[in-house]
Amino acid sequence: MILKKNELNRKLKNFTINFGPQHPAAHGVLRLILELDGEIVKRADAHIGLLHRGTEKLIEYKTYLQALPYFDRLDYVSMMSQEHTYSLAVEKLGNIKVPYRAKVIRILFAEITRILNHLLAVGCHSMDVGAMTPFLWAFEEREKLMEFYERVSGGRMHAAYIRPGGVASDVPLGFLDDLYVFANQFNFRLDEMEEMLTNNRIWKERLIDVGIVTYKNAIQWGFSGVMLRGSGIPWDLRKNQPYEIYENLNFNVPVGSNGDCYDRYLVRIEEMRESLKIINESLNIMKEGSIKTDDYKINPPSRIEMKNSMEAVIHHFKYYTEGFILPHGETYTATEAPKGEFGVYLISNNTEKPYRCKIKAPGFGHLQALDDMSKGHMIADIVTIIGTQDIVFGEIDR
Amino acid sequence: MVNSNIKNIENVIPILSRSLINQEQILNINFQNLLFILTFLKNHINYKYNLLTCISGIDILQSQYRFGVIYELLSITFNSRIRVKVFVNEITSIESSITVFCNANWWEREIWDFYGIYFQNHPDLRRILTDYGFEGYPMRKDFPLSGYVEVRYDETKKRVVVEPIELAQEFRAFNYETPW
Repeated sequence: MILKKNELNRKLKNFTINFGPQHPAAHGVLRLILELDGEIVKRADAHIGLLHRGTEKLIEYKTYLQALPYFDRLDYVSMMSQEHTYSLAVEKLGNIKVPYRAKVIRILFAEITRILNHLLAVGCHSMDVGAMTPFLWAFEEREKLMEFYERVSGGRMHAAYIRPGGVASDVPLGFLDDLYVFANQFNFRLDEMEEMLTNNRIWKERLIDVGIVTYKNAIQWGFSGVMLRGSGIPWDLRKNQPYEIYENLNFNVPVGSNGDCYDRYLVRIEEMRESLKIINESLNIMKEGSIKTDDYKINPPSRIEMKNSMEAVIHHFKYYTEGFILPHGETYTATEAPKGEFGVYLISNNTEKPYRCKIKAPGFGHLQALDDMSKGHMIADIVTIIGTQDIVFGEIDR
Repeated sequence: MVNSNIKNIENVIPILSRSLINQEQILNINFQNLLFILTFLKNHINYKYNLLTCISGIDILQSQYRFGVIYELLSITFNSRIRVKVFVNEITSIESSITVFCNANWWEREIWDFYGIYFQNHPDLRRILTDYGFEGYPMRKDFPLSGYVEVRYDETKKRVVVEPIELAQEFRAFNYETPW
């Protein structure tokens, strides 16, 4: 075929394609406008907000207790971590003390949630990249963990279990034994998953040297959690700014060295093993005791009290309709959620409703670096990078 | 996590006030000094607040300077957090801090989207979380919770239509005086 000379000199234009919002590898409703040069990504413009529900606005119109279930629905794969952050923020403003047993239960569930999240992160990531089996295994384990959720709260996902002042109810009989049984077998499940992935040639080829975040860039982009630790920064809020009883627990913070997707995968696997250590240790230091603060402004009365006392009935009614009042104050409380630093900036104004509740979602910060992380990579690597960032749209779009 | 170097900060940079609430350090500053102070806090060897955690907006309806923009900074070196607050009125715009912290991009877009605070020299100040073609600034305190419009799929027109909202029941706020 003979090409005319002017056709050869024609200027090449980049190709623009639309990725999502309905795409299985987009982890929800992410819409990306990709500018491609052949298969190389030149620019990735993320359009978010397709799952925006106005959580922050709604919270301003709810009492402190009614606002709690919204936090389950933010990042819907690490539910209790967010309740935990919010409860800590409310407790800080109201100067509420939490009994020891409640703290240990909270830690147990924070770590269960971390495993729950990382299983989904690694499982879905591997499926995006092309491995089907680890995903199915991970979901089997997730099912077991969600049963633990169900046993304490009645809900498999949206638990509303960790409340300001403690937890909603004590763990049922035999729960801790079953958790111990789970913790004992879970290491082997992790080994199986690692056998499939860690030395898998395809997995390594797809992940190594993809989406490299340098030490300097990780700080500049304001990363947190695994994204920060994968680049070699030993920063974990459980260690550095400990809350609850984390300072008494013995665990390590795994960090990566290259800052690529493979390192972050290894960090996630290792974090699950550390979570197991924390669960085992918390089971050993668990003590009998109350699971809620004894301040009856923060606590509803028990059912037995309500059957015997008129005042308790009035209190119960007032508690669930009017709520409790927090004095003027503001706090930015952050915890180490599985995805990174989840923060709640709560402003109270001496009423029963928060004046402002800003939710700092880790995924929001990570996703805005997608453009920089994917520049110069192939279009298939976009999927790997979205997977490694562990994007969940509930928290990004709020 | 209080940085002990913060004690003399008012001698070094122009701040309006400094306070400590719940062991959290807060600086109130004038919006004209914003970029200077952020750069100072980020780079000075005694502070090193080099990680911008988030930027949040706030609307205080009764106040003369109605809108607040709140920068949450973190120093990994000193394991310390600081909150920098800027307050402006409805017509003042703020200088974008994107030259200091590049991840300010989306946080500022979010505040522009929710509060309508304009950021000067922002490279890409589009709406971010609300719908394409959304009007108004939903997080302002005078924006009703139920909004002004509702969206539905019209079977006859075969497309999504936006209509003024119709509430079957008036919105109830329940903040009347308690009888107790």
